Amino acid sequence: MYSFDFARPTSVADAVAALGQEDAQALSGGQTLIPTLKQRLASPSVLVSLSAIADLKGVSAEGGTLSIGAGTTHATVAAEAGAYPALAELAGQIGDPAVRNRGTIGGSIANNDPSACYPAAALGSGATIVTNSREIAADDYFQGMFTTALEEGEIITAVRFPIPEKAAYIKFQQPASRFALVGVYVSKGAGGVRVAVTGASNDGVFRWSEAEAALAGDFSAGAVEGLAAPSGADMISDLHGSGDYRAHLVKVLTKRAVAKANG
Amino acid sequence: MTIRFDNPDRPNSYIGKTVPRPNARKLVEGRGRYVDDIVLPRMVHVAFVRSPLAHARIEGIDAAAATGVKGVLRVFTGADLAAVCTPWVGVLAHLKGLKSPPQNALAVDRACWVGEAVAAVVATSRAAAEEGAALVEVDYDPLPAVTDTMSALDADTPVIHPGLGDNLAFRRLHEEGDVEAAMASAHKVVSARFRTARHTGVTPEPRSILVDWNPAESQLTAWHATQAPHMMQSVLAEHLDIPESRVRVICGDVGGSYGIKVHVYPDEVATAAIAKVMGRPVKFIADRLESFTTDIHARDHEIEAKIAVAKDGKILAIDVDDWTGIGPYSVYPRTSAIEGNQVVNLCGGPYDFANYRARTTVVFQNKTPTCQYRAVGHPIAVAITEGLVDMAAAAIGMDPVEIRRRNMYADDAYPVTSPAKMRFEGLSHHASMDKLLTLMDYDALRADQAEAMKRGKRRGIGIASFIELTNPSPFMYGIGGARISAQDGCTVRMDPDGSVVALSGVTEQGQGTEAMLSQVVAEGVGVTPEKVRVITGDTQVTPYGGGTWASRGAGIGGEAALQAARALRHSILEVAGAMLQADAGSLDIRDGQVVNADTGAARLPLEELGRIVYFRGDTLPKGLPRELVQTRHFITMDYPFAFTNGVQASYIEVDTDTGVVTLLKHWCVEDCGRVINPQLVDEQIRGGIVQGLGGALYEEIHYDTDGQLLNGSMADYLVPMAAEMPDMVIGHVETPTLESDLGAKGAGEAGTAGAPAAVMNAINDALRPLGAQVTEMPFTPERILRALGTITD
Ligand SMILES: Cc1cc2nc3c(=O)[nH]c(=O)nc-3n(C[C@H](O)[C@H](O)[C@H](O)COP(=O)(O)OP(=O)(O)OC[C@H]3O[C@@H](n4cnc5c(N)ncnc54)[C@H](O)[C@@H]3O)c2cc1C
Repeated sequence: MYSFDFARPTSVADAVAALGQEDAQALSGGQTLIPTLKQRLASPSVLVSLSAIADLKGVSAEGGTLSIGAGTTHATVAAEAGAYPALAELAGQIGDPAVRNRGTIGGSIANNDPSACYPAAALGSGATIVTNSREIAADDYFQGMFTTALEEGEIITAVRFPIPEKAAYIKFQQPASRFALVGVYVSKGAGGVRVAVTGASNDGVFRWSEAEAALAGDFSAGAVEGLAAPSGADMISDLHGSGDYRAHLVKVLTKRAVAKANG
Repeated sequence: MTIRFDNPDRPNSYIGKTVPRPNARKLVEGRGRYVDDIVLPRMVHVAFVRSPLAHARIEGIDAAAATGVKGVLRVFTGADLAAVCTPWVGVLAHLKGLKSPPQNALAVDRACWVGEAVAAVVATSRAAAEEGAALVEVDYDPLPAVTDTMSALDADTPVIHPGLGDNLAFRRLHEEGDVEAAMASAHKVVSARFRTARHTGVTPEPRSILVDWNPAESQLTAWHATQAPHMMQSVLAEHLDIPESRVRVICGDVGGSYGIKVHVYPDEVATAAIAKVMGRPVKFIADRLESFTTDIHARDHEIEAKIAVAKDGKILAIDVDDWTGIGPYSVYPRTSAIEGNQVVNLCGGPYDFANYRARTTVVFQNKTPTCQYRAVGHPIAVAITEGLVDMAAAAIGMDPVEIRRRNMYADDAYPVTSPAKMRFEGLSHHASMDKLLTLMDYDALRADQAEAMKRGKRRGIGIASFIELTNPSPFMYGIGGARISAQDGCTVRMDPDGSVVALSGVTEQGQGTEAMLSQVVAEGVGVTPEKVRVITGDTQVTPYGGGTWASRGAGIGGEAALQAARALRHSILEVAGAMLQADAGSLDIRDGQVVNADTGAARLPLEELGRIVYFRGDTLPKGLPRELVQTRHFITMDYPFAFTNGVQASYIEVDTDTGVVTLLKHWCVEDCGRVINPQLVDEQIRGGIVQGLGGALYEEIHYDTDGQLLNGSMADYLVPMAAEMPDMVIGHVETPTLESDLGAKGAGEAGTAGAPAAVMNAINDALRPLGAQVTEMPFTPERILRALGTITD
């Protein structure tokens, strides 16, 4: 780790101001950023902790929408997002207890790790990413692995999920970290059917449109059966699974997620 | 007087009972003392600059920037240390033809694997040492890397050590009977290609050493996380040119070893050499990446094997061609040829058959050196043997239990000599199998499997019989010229308060050695185990011994402790007889009291006897021996090794959509002779099984073709984790060895030996109806799906 200055503002406005400094970086739960600093892969001059900003915390459900403050931990979401059970379950399966007690939804969505779970939920629910300056539809927000629509110094303040009629997430765990080797989030709601896949693609989280089309008319596992799995060529290939294996899992897990969503 | 082990109600009956571990509370409360907990005045830290290339000439080392870092005191190169530390060669005379080049504490001129230490930076803090290490500039000239085992001997493969002529470290062919003829006339011949993955031990406590050189006493003291303090004493003395008597190795608490910490590591010897040069205590604690790149690896084998069977299932012949890549050096002093040698010795182990051929080919590569890791060679040999036996059973339509019953040595056949020329004193394959089948309820499990199949679930049962080599004699290392003691000693002393101290040459690595010793000594003397304090791991204090390896602690060290304890008991009773004016033979010691042997009536507490002996010796008869300290040593003589046996079973379910194997349950029945502490033995078996399951399903060190290690972290090197582990049912059959009064053989490696084969057979049992088979470990979900043809390239 290299040395840095540390700021702990109590309002979003102060945080935005602090992030205006050169090479400043936001710190939320630190579950991604701290290891990166330890390995000297990042060297911010100022770390701006978001943990003292009360406005960034909490889960609330109103009129079919679940809003989660960006600074809310995975453990809190798991415990308090009962209005959207599939999302609460997803949060409860992230990493291990330490990760869940520190890591936050804002940090996860901002980081957009290609194997993270929340991006699949956000894209798979058609969520809205709320920042200090604007609202961004999930479809526009995720732009490839570790890449998002966020501008320099922009802070996510909340994520708003329309609560679908049916939804489920199935994750095939990387055996050590419990990240998604492949994870599939399906939902069926006012906005139609969505199938979001994480862990698999070199382009990060994506919507499997062929499956969405098939499921739009027949929301059953059988509707996916006849589809070819997406091409393995564009998939992540690593020690834990080749692109072809991941592509295969996308289809298997989609079927299982649909079956699970149907209860 | 012999101990009536058959009577569980005998006085002081601690041998055979679960007694608490004396050191458990200390460790659980965080009061253990590991090497890294020790801080000495003027202590400095060393960090190593390690080769980023698998094979490269070192053209130059520029340490200017490093020495400029605040806190950095000195930078050592290979040449610097070569001046004070002689190189070593990892060969043993009885492994005929084994060759290996001289190896230095720091690479001189050439680095031969990614992670090999090429320079050492010494600083007042670990952080400064690491900072300095990052700034040492090494000018490398890359050389071609040899990474593939099977082509290592090809004519167009570069020779890693030109002075040796080729990349062949060792080759051994063993032939018994006429394999070709047996194969030619057999009812069925089945062949398969097996692969066991290169993996490593992943000790919770990394390798650690702290060395102090005291010039005033000309004495070197090393606090070392090691399994074999006396071996290290000898090695440090020889290579640093210090009389052996002036080297003291202290081994305090150790956070797991599994064989990893029984070898001579260049960076550890370098630490000692630096301490001697600088005259200051020097500490080295490996970090996790260093553990992955420099702890020994193991099990990197590729095998072609065949079995021939008759119509009735009798094994006619086994033919094994084993290849293993061991890295660029044979590890000192135990050598890297032992694992392949063990494969030759152990294949076919449980079975009575006539024609056997096995060859091992041990080649050099530019990867981390491999050497002995828990159950050396056993998991490989058991996978080959048991894999073949199951395939043969399937080929002739016989139940896997039945084919084993027809071939295992009869329980009354002993002593016998196997086709591999291993001598078995007494094993219990059939009794163990019977017990296993009862424990697992084999027929009910088969019914459950069939029932599951109806629900579309693919379940499988796998059985693996095995033998395990324990209690080694000097035939393992000593005859080859290594100063490694197969003998072990124990000194037992009674202090004035009637308590007992036992000093033993075997060591505690977290496995419970001290618990085992305390109960053996307690029973031998006649006190409760709490009255016994055990001291291990200090070459200046304990009797000379081998330490922890090859499952020898209880069988060898335990017997020495028993004999010493009983000698002390005899001495105490001699004094008691004089004090009580009774015949010593009419007295006994029970729960710390001298009693009448026949009635049990209390006569004299040991603390009173202690008070008289130590403070009022004037009241005892002149000339009465009062030696309340006794030492005994034990070495096995009748057999080179005490073989044990056992059988494991695994019940698994394969998810044929994802390829995931779920371990439903696991059983092991094993025969380690006398069970001294049932709970400790059961946990040794369980821990061993977990390591075996790791090899079967998860653990694999990956290298690319340039010799870069690809998964040097706990995020990418998969180890078995609690959530995936099945319930394990452990049972025992006891066939004590007649070589000792205690009758104990080893139990530390049985779990690891059989688990991978049991899982492999279970998976193949589940996949067989689908026409698929796996033989390449670990059985990852993707490998399962490829075997099923679900994924193809
Ligand atoms: C062992 C382990 C296992 C894990 N397993 C999983 C898993 O199974 N599934 C999963 O999804 N994740 C997993 N994670 C990741 C975990 O969920 C992280 O918490 C998450 O990715 C980052 O959240 P954080 O709050 O810790 O963010 P930080 O590490 O603090 O920050 C991450 C990045 O986001 C930026 N950032 C943080 N908050 C904001 C904000 N409000 N606005 C803008 N930028 C912001 C930071 O500047 C930084 O670049 C795992 C992590 C570990 C260590």
